[in-house]
Amino acid sequence: MDAFISNLGLIINATLTATPPLLFAALGSCFSERSGVVNIGIEGMMTVGAFSGSVIALYTGNGWLAFLAAGIFGALVALIHAYACISCGADQTISGTAINFLAPGLAIFICRAMFDNSSDTPPIDTTAKIPKLFDGVFEVGSFGYNVFSTYAAAYLCFILVAVVWFIFYKTKFGMRLRAVGEHPKACDTLGINVFRIRYICVITSGFLAGLGGAYITLATVNQFRPALIVGQGFIAIAAVIFGKFTPQGAMKGCLLFGLCNGIKTLASTNPNIAISPNLISMIPYIVTIVALVLFVGKSHVPAASGKPYTKSK
Amino acid sequence: MNNKKTILQTIKDSSVLYTLIAIITGFVVGAVLLAVIGINPLEAYGKLADGIFGKPKYIAWSIVYASPLILTGLSVAFSFKTGVFNIGAEGQFVVGSMAACIVGVCLDLPPVLHVFACALAAMVAGALWGTIVAVLKVKKGINEVLSYIMFNWIAYYLSNYLVNTEFLHNEGNAEATKDIVDSASIICPDFITKLTDCKNTNWGIVIAVVAAIVIWFIISKTTLGFQLRAVGFNKNAAEYGGINSNAAVMKAMAISGAMAGLGGMVQLCGMGSRISQFSGQEGFGFEGISVALIASSNPIGCIFSGIFYGMMKYGGTKLTLINAPSEVIDIIMGVIVLFIAISHIFRYLLNKKKGGK
Repeated sequence: MDAFISNLGLIINATLTATPPLLFAALGSCFSERSGVVNIGIEGMMTVGAFSGSVIALYTGNGWLAFLAAGIFGALVALIHAYACISCGADQTISGTAINFLAPGLAIFICRAMFDNSSDTPPIDTTAKIPKLFDGVFEVGSFGYNVFSTYAAAYLCFILVAVVWFIFYKTKFGMRLRAVGEHPKACDTLGINVFRIRYICVITSGFLAGLGGAYITLATVNQFRPALIVGQGFIAIAAVIFGKFTPQGAMKGCLLFGLCNGIKTLASTNPNIAISPNLISMIPYIVTIVALVLFVGKSHVPAASGKPYTKSK
Repeated sequence: MNNKKTILQTIKDSSVLYTLIAIITGFVVGAVLLAVIGINPLEAYGKLADGIFGKPKYIAWSIVYASPLILTGLSVAFSFKTGVFNIGAEGQFVVGSMAACIVGVCLDLPPVLHVFACALAAMVAGALWGTIVAVLKVKKGINEVLSYIMFNWIAYYLSNYLVNTEFLHNEGNAEATKDIVDSASIICPDFITKLTDCKNTNWGIVIAVVAAIVIWFIISKTTLGFQLRAVGFNKNAAEYGGINSNAAVMKAMAISGAMAGLGGMVQLCGMGSRISQFSGQEGFGFEGISVALIASSNPIGCIFSGIFYGMMKYGGTKLTLINAPSEVIDIIMGVIVLFIAISHIFRYLLNKKKGGK
């Protein structure tokens, strides 16, 4: 029984470590997608967030400041995407693909210029990281420590789910946001500024993706490396589609990935389990597909998704 | 006079012009960034050009780098024609090289036949990987972008699993499979590799060009191609016209997967000759997206954009010699794709100027 509780604690801990970066980015993706702008560039925005977060923590020694700044840098990258897609009517998939080459390239480029041609940033001090909650309250390694004493931003992302849900379904802005993603022309007729709402949503998506990236460099590990993000932005997008483009659904998707990751971590450290770690690593992806086929089914993509909106005269 | 005007208009309407504008913009942005970090852009671009064109050997290497990219580019371009975004070329590429590896290591066939067997296995594997996603999309309504991403990762871990299986694992090398036997290799005979001074000079470029022509033929000259384009253009109208759009989408996704799989085979049989344990996604599929976009999804254009990408990728490795970050290549490619995305703005501006006269 003790072993069970301790294992459970480890799984919850690993889930809490793997989920937040995905969840921040996924909430960002919700904003963008629901307003009708496909944002494949989440991945690149996360990378920029991860890099800028680690650099700012390195120089200021303030984890929270770095976290916030990472979001702003993510938002700046999103501004490029927003300008191309909304003002120029670019193909959103193409623009997003461009962002995914441009943004990580830029991050590593600047990293090399700053740190003596190294593609990794120097490690940041523990004091410059995002603080852990209840530090010192629980015995290290105990169930309570594993479940409650993780990085504060991990809890923040779950609170954000509620906030985003509230914005989406209980505010005027949220209603307009959803309407703009379904039928921009009708919104325009009613005097809603489609461009403005889409700009806000895409920039918000970059901000949240930046936070997701920074969570990795400021909490999970303590430095930026090129291979740090690879794929996570896409997983976040997958989680959003899985969750039918709702914040609460996206959370379920992210938790599914996080949980499978937790089980994977536990299984790969347990010598009694003889299954190849590579096969165990496939579980989250297979589970996602199976869950979609069996339980979730078809998801409604916002009707105006991917279509540039141009005012016709 | 009239004639001259039409030529000017043809140039203005052609996407090649806008692609060139995008490429120039990409290099300009790259130059500015290099200058900002204190590297002379002329020196860096000189090194890049020298690293691509300086010796026949470099050109040969660039083409070796280009061949798999042309094929993944074709894969993505073909899917775009039907309105599907094949972000799964990455995974199809990986299963293609896995299938080619199994056939290349385990079978004992006469030389040319063996290569064909590898290519066939790779195409079938890639097509199968694409078809699973197509079935999920058509039968279950599951968003293909999501399943493509999932299948990229499943392929990734499957490949790492395969590297460590007993029948393929290389005893001498802890992190790779056995080498494919010589009969499965597509590396050119000695007299050619001596001539080019590049030990991996291979037939991949021939395979890629033939594939591009076949894809061009399918798209523009066959009923299937017509159906695919019709579905991509307007699904409802196509169905009204009696085209089974689901069947068309499935065929497109399968053919698209086959091309990416073939790309994996070319890389394996011409370059690596074994599969190594991955530590991160290799990106051939994602680079293929750029190749397809730079070519405006034109299959013949993919040959040129693929070679361009191959050159940049190979030449970029030389930048480290002058301590310039090779990531400037990613930035240049990103800017190029971004400007292609907004190229219709230039078109609009150019034509508006003319209209104002």
